[in-house]
Amino acid sequence: MIKNTCDILCELCADCLVITVSGEIDHHGAVYMRQMADEAIRSYSPERLVLDMSGVSFMDSSGLGFIMGRFALMRELGGATLVRDPAPCVERVLKLTGFDKRVKIVKNHKTEKEHERQRI
Amino acid sequence: MNVKEYKKRSGRPPLAEITNEIKLSFPSLSANESFARAAVAAFISQLDPTPTELADIKCVLSEAVTNCIVHAYRDCIGDVKITVRLRADRSVCIEVKDNGVGIENVEEARQPLFTTGAAEERSGMGFTVIESFCDKVKIKSRLGRGTSVTMTKRLSSKPKAGAHT
Repeated sequence: MIKNTCDILCELCADCLVITVSGEIDHHGAVYMRQMADEAIRSYSPERLVLDMSGVSFMDSSGLGFIMGRFALMRELGGATLVRDPAPCVERVLKLTGFDKRVKIVKNHKTEKEHERQRI
Repeated sequence: MNVKEYKKRSGRPPLAEITNEIKLSFPSLSANESFARAAVAAFISQLDPTPTELADIKCVLSEAVTNCIVHAYRDCIGDVKITVRLRADRSVCIEVKDNGVGIENVEEARQPLFTTGAAEERSGMGFTVIESFCDKVKIKSRLGRGTSVTMTKRLSSKPKAGAHT
């Protein structure tokens, strides 16, 4: 088995499933990521799915397929999907293909959290 | 060997001066996608591209190689051949060639969202990404014979020594 260039981590907090994707997303890694993500989505059926893509170092159109596929699955299950803190390479592909208008994107999640911490 | 000698020996047409060239060939295994990106990126770094230019080139190369693996050699493993040429005018020319099934209708394949691989969750955006990240794209295909995709991207003029872009 050849190692994957991408990593995936699924965490459940309240009614929200956070899937953190990092590394390089290509056709090779997307197969494994899809399996892992769908397993988590189906077993928790969360109300909201957050795809954290801040740690992605490379993404091609396979990543678009991954995002849109999860988006479709969540819609089927009656939930919403959002992409959190897309890395510059992710944002560029999303923008150039017009996919940024199809999925909800939230930015500066981490800095907000830090601000909160500082306030406390 | 200088450029003049190189041209004489390789017999290449004097389009623009070719300053350097590599050829890569590997079997159409998906694990080689990241290898192809890394190898071509390392070669292109000779032209000192900006991080965005390098990311764009890695992206279009990944799309073209994935097309060979997913479509051209759908039910078999075949050779993917890549030629990268660096030209004196700072343009990078990448040719990705296969001897696979070929594309029935190239115009249709170039349309955004067009895919024959819906079951495998392909986004149908491969050629769209290539076209938006490159200056020139040429696709030649013959059914049953194979496809070649030639992508040209001109890099921005060389930054001054010591400048960070």
